[in-house]
Amino acid sequence: MASSYNAKEEDGHHSGAAGHGGAGADKSRKPDNTAFKQQRLPAWQPILTAGTVLPAFFVIGLIFIPIGIGLYVTSNNIKEFEIDYTGVDSKSECYACARNFSWNSTTPCTCSMNFTLEQPFESNVFMYYGLSNFYQNHRRYVKSRDDSQLNGDPTALKDPSKECEPYRTSEGLPIAPCGAIANSLFNDTLELHYVDSNGTKLEIPLVKKGIAWWTDKHVKFRNPNGNTNLTVAFQGTSKPVNWGKPVYELDPLDPENNGFINEDFIVWMRTAALPTFRKLYRIIQKKSSTTPTLPSGRYILSITYNYPVLSFDGRKRMILSTISWMGGKNPFLGIAYITVGSICFFLGVVLLIIHHKYDNRNTSADIPN
Amino acid sequence: MEKKKREEDTGGTSNKSAPKVKQRQRKKKSKESKTRTVHANTLYDSAKGEENPNRHYANNKIKTTKYTLLSFLPKNLFEQFHRFANVYFVFIALLNFVPVVNAFQPELALAPVVFILSVTAIKDLWEDYRRHRSDKEINHMDCLVYSRTERRYVEIYWKEVRVGDFIRLRCNEILPADVLLLSSSDPDRLCHIETATLDGETNLKQRQVVRSFYDLDCDFDPLKYNSVIECEKPNNDLSRFRGYIIHRNGRRDALYKDNLLLRGCTIRNTEEAVGIVIYAGHETKAMLNNNGPRYKRSKLERQMNVDVFWCVIILLVMCLFAAVGHGLWMFQYGDKRPVFDVLSPEGADLSPIMSAIYLFLTMIIVFQVLIPISLFVSIEIVKICQVYFIHNDLELYDEETDSHLQCRALNITEDLGQMQYIFSDKTGTLTENKMVFRRCTVAGVEYSHDANARRLAMYQEVDSEEEECMSHGGTLPRRDSVTSHQSARVVLRSQSTKSHRRTGSRAEAKRASILSKHTAFSSPMEKNITPDPQLLDKVNECSSQMDFMRFHSQSMSTLPSDLCDIIDFFIALTICNTVVVSSPNQPRQKVRMRFELKSPVKTIEDFIKRFTPSRLTSAESPDEAALVYAARAYKCSLVGRLPDQVTVELPHLGKLSFELLHTLGFDSTRKRMSVVVRHPLTDQITVYTKGADSVIMDLIRPSSHDASGKRQKKILYRTQNYLNQYAADGLRTLCIAKKVLSKEEYACWLQRHLQAETAIQGREELLFESALRLETNLHLLGATGIEDRLQDGVPETIASLRRAGLQIWVLTGDKQETAVNIAYACKLLDPEEELLTLNADSQEACALLLDESLHYIQAKFLCSSSDQAPKAYLSNMADSDLYSSLLVHRLGLVIDGRTLAYALDRTLEDKFLAVARSCRSVLCCRSTPLQKSMVVKLVRNKLKVMTLAIGDGANDVSMIQVADVGVGISGQEGMQAVMASDFALPRFSYLQKLLLVHGHWCYSRLANMILYFFYKNAMFVALIFWYQFYCGFSGSAMIDQWYLIFFNLMFSAFPQLITGTLDKNVSAETLQRLPQLYKNGQNSEEYKPYMFWMNMIDAFYQSLVCFFIPYFAYSDSEVDLFTWGTPITTIALFTILLHLGIETKTWTWMNWSSICFSIALFFTVALCYNASCPTCYSPSNPYWTIQRLLQDPQFYFLCVITPCSALLPRYFYRACQGTLFPSVVQVGRQLDKLPSETRQNILSLSGVAAGSQLSPQPQFLSTNKSLPKDGVGKNTVAQLYQKEDAGRDKETCKDVYSLVNTEGDTLPYTKDLPGGQLNISTQSSGGLVRSAEESHVLPNIDCVELPPEHGPSCVRYKRSPEEALQNRTEHKIHVAL
Repeated sequence: MASSYNAKEEDGHHSGAAGHGGAGADKSRKPDNTAFKQQRLPAWQPILTAGTVLPAFFVIGLIFIPIGIGLYVTSNNIKEFEIDYTGVDSKSECYACARNFSWNSTTPCTCSMNFTLEQPFESNVFMYYGLSNFYQNHRRYVKSRDDSQLNGDPTALKDPSKECEPYRTSEGLPIAPCGAIANSLFNDTLELHYVDSNGTKLEIPLVKKGIAWWTDKHVKFRNPNGNTNLTVAFQGTSKPVNWGKPVYELDPLDPENNGFINEDFIVWMRTAALPTFRKLYRIIQKKSSTTPTLPSGRYILSITYNYPVLSFDGRKRMILSTISWMGGKNPFLGIAYITVGSICFFLGVVLLIIHHKYDNRNTSADIPN
Repeated sequence: MEKKKREEDTGGTSNKSAPKVKQRQRKKKSKESKTRTVHANTLYDSAKGEENPNRHYANNKIKTTKYTLLSFLPKNLFEQFHRFANVYFVFIALLNFVPVVNAFQPELALAPVVFILSVTAIKDLWEDYRRHRSDKEINHMDCLVYSRTERRYVEIYWKEVRVGDFIRLRCNEILPADVLLLSSSDPDRLCHIETATLDGETNLKQRQVVRSFYDLDCDFDPLKYNSVIECEKPNNDLSRFRGYIIHRNGRRDALYKDNLLLRGCTIRNTEEAVGIVIYAGHETKAMLNNNGPRYKRSKLERQMNVDVFWCVIILLVMCLFAAVGHGLWMFQYGDKRPVFDVLSPEGADLSPIMSAIYLFLTMIIVFQVLIPISLFVSIEIVKICQVYFIHNDLELYDEETDSHLQCRALNITEDLGQMQYIFSDKTGTLTENKMVFRRCTVAGVEYSHDANARRLAMYQEVDSEEEECMSHGGTLPRRDSVTSHQSARVVLRSQSTKSHRRTGSRAEAKRASILSKHTAFSSPMEKNITPDPQLLDKVNECSSQMDFMRFHSQSMSTLPSDLCDIIDFFIALTICNTVVVSSPNQPRQKVRMRFELKSPVKTIEDFIKRFTPSRLTSAESPDEAALVYAARAYKCSLVGRLPDQVTVELPHLGKLSFELLHTLGFDSTRKRMSVVVRHPLTDQITVYTKGADSVIMDLIRPSSHDASGKRQKKILYRTQNYLNQYAADGLRTLCIAKKVLSKEEYACWLQRHLQAETAIQGREELLFESALRLETNLHLLGATGIEDRLQDGVPETIASLRRAGLQIWVLTGDKQETAVNIAYACKLLDPEEELLTLNADSQEACALLLDESLHYIQAKFLCSSSDQAPKAYLSNMADSDLYSSLLVHRLGLVIDGRTLAYALDRTLEDKFLAVARSCRSVLCCRSTPLQKSMVVKLVRNKLKVMTLAIGDGANDVSMIQVADVGVGISGQEGMQAVMASDFALPRFSYLQKLLLVHGHWCYSRLANMILYFFYKNAMFVALIFWYQFYCGFSGSAMIDQWYLIFFNLMFSAFPQLITGTLDKNVSAETLQRLPQLYKNGQNSEEYKPYMFWMNMIDAFYQSLVCFFIPYFAYSDSEVDLFTWGTPITTIALFTILLHLGIETKTWTWMNWSSICFSIALFFTVALCYNASCPTCYSPSNPYWTIQRLLQDPQFYFLCVITPCSALLPRYFYRACQGTLFPSVVQVGRQLDKLPSETRQNILSLSGVAAGSQLSPQPQFLSTNKSLPKDGVGKNTVAQLYQKEDAGRDKETCKDVYSLVNTEGDTLPYTKDLPGGQLNISTQSSGGLVRSAEESHVLPNIDCVELPPEHGPSCVRYKRSPEEALQNRTEHKIHVAL
């Protein structure tokens, strides 16, 4: 801004000049001889030529390739198992359940699927449900929630945000939790049984705590009136239209996991970025250091099939996975690093050739004249 | 509010709406009266009283502010909405309030618009506040005004002064308003004022008390005043004031501009003066002249607007694509509405088509970032910074005048880097406008003033010594242009050329400033004329005779006529001018000090001692001063000038007082001025006339019959010869003539003249006619030759501007010969090049001449230049493509004003342009201001080139206004040119740095910044576009809306501003030494249309990488929308910053810190934002997102690989480009990297070579690998060069000869046309062999390889063989002048 002052100084303020002519008459208007004002600041002037750039390419190549190999190996060590239980195929166990569905069916349809784990899963195993073709990132869907209500704000409970429309009220009562996200809560129940060598079904204990972000569970989501007596707290609200039971009955056994702070609910409310996504469902904790969490062998997945996806050509999957420090199994990053590193290395070689062939005067100058 | 109303009434505001208001007001008032009537306020009770007729006039309070506190907001907003972009962004922000289509939180979407608007508003407010403060300061200055009640002068504020007040002014006081002078303490009823603040002229001007009050004996008593003043309406013409004063007794007296003291001037040399206020406040002439800075749109901005338009198209296409996609996506589900497809808030089930339409609008909001909202603000900021730096450049600061470059137009700095044509005035622009008397001829006898010439040469030596000390590269060795048979005239000319090189140096300037700081024309070189002994003898003889005769009271007519002429000549020199003799800062006394002029002046110091303390001469035109100094050397000195009397001191005769009857001032139509005096010795009424030789010679009427008539004819003839010779020497010629009037003649003329003087309507015309009547049948006394010295460094500047590819045209009002000589002197014309002279008397002749010239050029250059040029010639002349394909030849075109008038005719202008375009330099002589502007307009419109006009005088104003960039020289001829200009320079030579360095920088910085802006926005927006494929084209964005909106405004804003302000692609030194680099801007190489698209493609590629690497890395994972979007934002930021890093050429600490700041700012904002509120910021609700990401190693791995792979192609391309096909600018940058010594060597070599060659189209050679490698390191520079060159010469010499022979057949092309002549004479190519041989000497170096001491940094420096050939084939042609 000071600059414009200087610029404007001369802009024909003649009467002005006359005004303070006396005061500044003696002062020379000579500009200061400073490096900044004379644009002589010390500067690094890189010139991009094959010669100067080529080390960078080699360095990038040499760093990226080992990283890529490391990432790839890490990702490959992760064990993952995936099973689709949508029931599109008529041979599938869940075909019948998939056919006759409605959001409000009172009789739950159950089906079970057998699968075999070839290799034992050593460490903690994470159990996901995966949905495909489910556009949880749809603009209007993403907006359709009321964070204040979910945070336990009593006024928002009774008067949800307009963003929740058209899932804001039902039959004159405010919906809790309001909005399309909550309304479409994933409500399949998955159970896992291990069939041991003599054919007995052993139920694998699934931990449903700790699947949501700590901050979500403890800060963002809160029940109105704390966790005491949710039935009272939610009085005067209506359940979402697609739900079979009100929010305070999501997990009647554990008051720490009921109402808005139900972790399945919280996980669902964190809308996925892409139409094919997985969400953490349960954790299978490692029992002892000697036995694997999930030994190899036959398993049975029993599904209480509630969630309709066929109408939009969706798929439902159950995924079992261990994780590493890098997260789930995804070889992409490793491959990407290796590829980019190789390309850099290759380009480095190309530059080296260019440099040798054409640039024997890499710092010389052809003077135009 | 009351204030405001008044302002509206008077219409004197300086804001934009003022003209409208003024017009309205003028209409309204014109019904009432065409004049203003001013009564004295002393007659009325109060100044504002109902009965006071002055009450309607503006008071003296000035208010230059645009806004008041109340009006600021609405008015400012209204003004800002004139900019289309602002309206667009507001529209988008408002669109967000429509629930169906909104994409962001409506309040948030308003943020950028509000931010931009408020930044601009704050800037405006601040500027307005500054104006307000300066207004306040001025309004509260004190002055003495007569108070009716107190019956004395009381001190009041300026703002309280009203029209009709009586003001008492003291010495050195500034005038608060336009005041009619009624009384002065000066014995001659004069008042001296300094108008420097108004027009920059530092000389004192005399103002006269109104004639009716002239004879007042006692002090002026305001109470006795009861006259009424009738004068014209307020206007902005500083040099005009008309009106009359009506006294109680009915007598009318005319009022002139000489009676008016203008606001802003300073009273000098006058103890006290009293006047009545005529115009006050905004109606004063000074304020009406005060228009703010100009607003132009630069070429770059025009180009940018095209691409903004393309951005809009891209935006619409993207939105349309998304809308169609969304429609199809909806359609595929049919009736089964999936759970995630939420109904609209109203619960209505939208059809796919409807929702596609809504989505289209939503997408416009989401993608709005593509139209860079901050671009306009950023450009403004960068330009202000650029102006700041240009302003502060020490090399553009002139110590002598304590003035630096002024940027009056703030927004066309980058145009300076794209100039193609320069139109220059000559006098005062190329030359210093410091006139030095050189020689004269009196009564047909030439007095060569050799001693004077020697004295001037002495200054030259001193100068050149200093020059040598100062310059490192050394001066350009002059290649002497003398060819085999050269006429004496040519020799003569080369002498005069040398004399022109004698430019004023700093040392001289210092001497001058020691001498005096108050007069403009005061260097000893101008003052200290050495008289010619012969003439001095004659003067002495003559005056002693006259003295004798006076003593014996004999008639003066017995004096020999030549002696009589001599004394008359000097009297004319002394009195026929407007020079004022005065002593500064002291009230003038009637009794002046006497000066001893008897002893000869020996040294400058002596001179200073003797003259400066007491007496200074100040003249309106430097010519006059030069003549007065010349006369003083012959002891005919001007002692005093009063309105009715001129006192002259003559040798032997002592002081003589001439009664000054009339002064007929100089005007450009008459081109002469006259004084009518009563000669004290002869008592005759004598007219002395001084003027341009062309007009005066026509007015001479020798009495035809007797011997004296014959003698007169002879004198006339001889004088004409000398005049031609003077002109050939580049001197300005003036003729001096006189006329003796009989009493009857005078009385007859006087009667009509008085009528003319008192007329109000058409007074100028009447006076003009009156002057014409008087100035007839003159008797020629003699002529003078005045040298107008070239400014410092003009030839060098022109040479380097030309090497920069700029076409330089000189448009001057001077005579052809003078102009041509100055052109040679300043290297505009090269003695080696041919000169086409076009002088035609009629339209047909002009047409013929142009055709002939075209044919000539075709014939001549058909064989020597490459073959596409002639083809272009043969094609249709009017074809505008023709212009671009023409080559510039080594030809100079000289055209005079009359021919120019024909050539500018619609039918001929294309031909004229075709001829002029193929000439290297064009010189238009005798051109009027209108013609100047027409030429500029023609070139600008027809050739579609960028034009720069530079000039210093009022006659250049129209040209300056027409050109793309107008540059004014803040020199000696007032400030009109500066007021009209976009940039004001103290010296012509500063143009070099302004264009070559600042212009280049400004252009490349801004061009790169604009391209970067487009890239940045496209890249960022494309990220969201790709996402649409994965969210059902629903308009969802994975980037948090806060990041989306503030990304441009905050996170990525600073580094580009720093780079846009500070980046230097080549150092200033290299840019100046290698002017060729300027072509970069001329050809718009930094920002070509295809570059926009390349940037767009790169942007889309980079966004693809930045989108899909995170996409695959997170595919089929539990990642949520904004946890996935935040890394993408971060990656995009890194990529964009690194991209800027690749494009940044110089890294100062500011670049580093701005980039660090940007990244830090992003993470700080993100961390705070993500931690601040667990329930806010719907829908993203990013609570603890970034915190979790920062614990995720995958985030870091992504942040490393993605920018790397995104920028890989660009980085690789830049590296290859730098090696395989470096641009010229890159070569310049490589030069910068060399050790300074090596660079110096190379640069000086190239400077020398180019200086001597002045090749018309310097070619750039990027690579030349044919050089034998064994040469490196073994041969010295010169040896290698000779070896190389000799080989080439053998091949080329043959061609040269054959070429010349064929040309010899077609030449000469000299034809005499009816009424005109085409002056193309060529001389045989005898000099050719010599020139080929000569070119072996070092200045013509073709190729230089530095010995390898400098390690690997071997520098090669070559010229193409074609060009060498071209240079060999130059013809040594001289044109008879």
